[in-house]
Amino acid sequence: MSRAVFGARVERREDLPLLTGCGTYTDDLKLPGMLHAAVLRSPHARARIRSIDVSAARSLSSVAAVFINSDLGASDKEIPLLQPNPLLLPRMQRLLAKDEIRYAGEAVALVVADDRYAAEDALDLIEVAYDPLPAVSDLLSGLEEGSPLVHSDIPGNLASRFTLGFGDIEAAFSGAELVLKQRFKTHRGGGHSMECRAVLAEYDRRANRITMWSATQAPHLIARLASEILGVEEWQIRVIAPPDVGGGFGPKAMFYAEEGLVPFAARALGRPVKWTEDRREHFLAATQERDQHHEAEIALTRDGKVLGFRDLVTFDTGAYVPWGIVEPWITAATIPGPYKLPTFQVDMRVVYTNKVPVTPVRGAGRPQAVFAMERMMDLAARELNLDPAEIRRRNLIQPHEMPYKMGIVYRDGAAVTYDSGDYPACLQKAQELAGYNTFREKQIRAHKEGRFIGIGIGLYVEGTGLGPYEGAIIKIDSSGKVLLTTGATPQGQGHATTLAQIAADELSLDVNEIAVLTGDTGAIPFGVGTFASRIAVNAGNSVLLAAREVREKAIAIASNLLEAANDDLEMANGSVFVRGAPTKAVSLGALAVTAAGARPGYTLPPGVEPGLQATHYFSPSQAAYASGAHVVTVEVNARTGDVKVLDYAVAHDCGRVINPMIVEGQIQGGVAHGIGNCFYEELIYDNDGQLLNASFMDYLLPTTNEVPTAKIAHIEVVCPLNPLGVKGVGEGGTIPAAAAFAAAVEDALRPFGVTVTEVPLSPEKIRKLLRGVGR
Amino acid sequence: MEKRPIHLAINGRQYSGEVEPRRTLVDFLREDLDLTGTHVGCEHGVCGACTVLLDGVAVRSCLTLAVQANGHDLMTVEGLAGPNGELHPIQAAFHKHHALQCGFCTAGFLMSIFDLLKSRPDIKEEDEIRKALAGNLCRCTGYSGIVAAVREIAAQFRKEPS
Repeated sequence: MSRAVFGARVERREDLPLLTGCGTYTDDLKLPGMLHAAVLRSPHARARIRSIDVSAARSLSSVAAVFINSDLGASDKEIPLLQPNPLLLPRMQRLLAKDEIRYAGEAVALVVADDRYAAEDALDLIEVAYDPLPAVSDLLSGLEEGSPLVHSDIPGNLASRFTLGFGDIEAAFSGAELVLKQRFKTHRGGGHSMECRAVLAEYDRRANRITMWSATQAPHLIARLASEILGVEEWQIRVIAPPDVGGGFGPKAMFYAEEGLVPFAARALGRPVKWTEDRREHFLAATQERDQHHEAEIALTRDGKVLGFRDLVTFDTGAYVPWGIVEPWITAATIPGPYKLPTFQVDMRVVYTNKVPVTPVRGAGRPQAVFAMERMMDLAARELNLDPAEIRRRNLIQPHEMPYKMGIVYRDGAAVTYDSGDYPACLQKAQELAGYNTFREKQIRAHKEGRFIGIGIGLYVEGTGLGPYEGAIIKIDSSGKVLLTTGATPQGQGHATTLAQIAADELSLDVNEIAVLTGDTGAIPFGVGTFASRIAVNAGNSVLLAAREVREKAIAIASNLLEAANDDLEMANGSVFVRGAPTKAVSLGALAVTAAGARPGYTLPPGVEPGLQATHYFSPSQAAYASGAHVVTVEVNARTGDVKVLDYAVAHDCGRVINPMIVEGQIQGGVAHGIGNCFYEELIYDNDGQLLNASFMDYLLPTTNEVPTAKIAHIEVVCPLNPLGVKGVGEGGTIPAAAAFAAAVEDALRPFGVTVTEVPLSPEKIRKLLRGVGR
Repeated sequence: MEKRPIHLAINGRQYSGEVEPRRTLVDFLREDLDLTGTHVGCEHGVCGACTVLLDGVAVRSCLTLAVQANGHDLMTVEGLAGPNGELHPIQAAFHKHHALQCGFCTAGFLMSIFDLLKSRPDIKEEDEIRKALAGNLCRCTGYSGIVAAVREIAAQFRKEPS
């Protein structure tokens, strides 16, 4: 009898090929006759294209084709908007720029040549005459009167403006004993998966079909939009995200110009074409997250009860809005966090700038929201002379108040209703892990030694596991082994392990009897994608329910064959047998053969469809709200502004944990993103909209030196909204990190009375804070 | 561009080829020899995903030209496991400690660590290990599994140096 593996530290089934150099990433694929593409990108952030001369490039013998906008014919289209919204004035990028350039890095031409070297040689020979125009490089100045316009028909560069809130906010503020107001500037950064983007496409002239491989988080989305762009039916396009995609973190969850251009070129030339993004292109053309400005206000009673919170948020969305206003909406709806707020209001302004389009990066607008709320909590604690943990505790939603209706709507249009959680327990556990209660003594001792150490708290609630759905097909073969197919495609999260764990328990099989096939639109008709911490909820429950159906089907067929009642049958170790009479058994393989119709003349039991197979699409009713508390300890060198992370403690609730090893890996990795977010990663643009630090020499990712091993505790509050009881965990590690660090740095520098209002906190910025108070 | 002949040994096998002088070593490995286990992460020598051993020393194959490897001895990730596919202890420790997620940076880490344990077999302290690994970037794991794997394997190497 196999043991239950849900909840066990099952070692990853993905590792072996990756450890031995046998992984299969998109750029590893080669097809006979394959050509290589390179993209000419605009050097200007805003310019009019006067003319393009490609004749010299086309004349090279190694060049198969050069495409500019006018060569695209019916495919000269805007990339379709994913999430239209009446509150949004959407503007979308074309595959290749037509008249006007709107960000430095926008695609202008595509060269296809014998190899990448030849293709890049040809890029140098393309002559583009640009008329440079003044650019919008800063989100606040973009709103000012007289600012240049990113889109001439969008006045004030305002893509969207909306308000979310509840309660009588004016009354709350006018009646409050304490009102605090503070501006914050937050920044996120790029996804920077170690594998950049890559696309390979092949056109089969006889079948009139295109196969495309893409290092994407969302193959079904790519297939649908590519069919629209290329003017073919969906069945004519098959998109495969190879088994190995080298990280995603958000930016790979959207349709890019190259995902239209590469198959376009492959079809036009009748030869396979591959394009692989280099790191510089990833900086210039893969979507990012950047600045948000917050003008936050909090109203409280003298004993630290929050009466109201309001925030005017300005959001840099870049030159186009491929994800609509999803991300600003997430920011707005995440601000309340774990707190009971009687009144709340966010006024959101989404601004076009001449920069790379903004789409979600791990955390997706939440780190910025949490930053605003948690910083205000810390300021209020300071003002009221309360411990930062205590002021939070006084305002936390209690477990018995679940489900808790926040009073606003989420991005799926449903009311924000926290389904479950134990926020006080998370806070308490994280404090314990961090040694919070003994920290003040340590801090005093450190001060005496001239060392500045500080502790900071970040709490968050995250809407995870949003629909619409994900699906799974479970099929048992004549060998008795299982094939699990899902549209949810992994980028390192370990789907082939965790999803197999779920199926293994339901089918009473060993994990290794279950093969997992992901990310192939030819293998499962519908899928959404791996992003937004949604796979455990959506794909996990699909697997559970499909496996359950297969189990029931196997028992129904066995009942016919063994002439026993369903209730007397049991499934284990790859067969179905009569309870108490294990010799009266039929193997899953034999049942699969029977169900497939290999016994002519046999009649399937009533209501049982052919094939020992079931398909289930799980569609959650609303978000599953994960939560957690991070408590961090740092030491700040007041002379240099350098920060050393001394300790990182996490207590979090992602519902039932499928595989603690993998969950801890997600959190630890998320924390590393948070450390980058708080201290290192800033996309710095000049006034002309030029990215000044487009390399890993100037834009720093955290290394082994900067990321300590976090202490992690799982507080498992079962999610009542799905049969597995799970919530998402992919982003929680990142979300409160910047807020917690800002608090810890401020706490360390408490003797100097500085206020941290901005991330990233470079040593330079910390020195500037200290200089501001004469140090 | 005129091509130059090159001859080199990779993982104990002799290879010959003709390359343009500008061709990077990593492109030669991946494109010409189909040794795709070595990855390209940044093409400017920072991320370390393309790390291979040249005469036993870790180098960035994105910053090395193929012609520079002419006459030399290379080792890539494909050469780490034993002849019957048995994992090298570093590979096994990576698996055990969940030191990889997407796996894209893994080959570079493994080769850097191979070099590290050979050149500094006495390395022990976590701080030292962390400093020694800071030339490779990983975006998924937050490094804890990688550091744990190296700590364990370093202890083994100290006991029984290979």
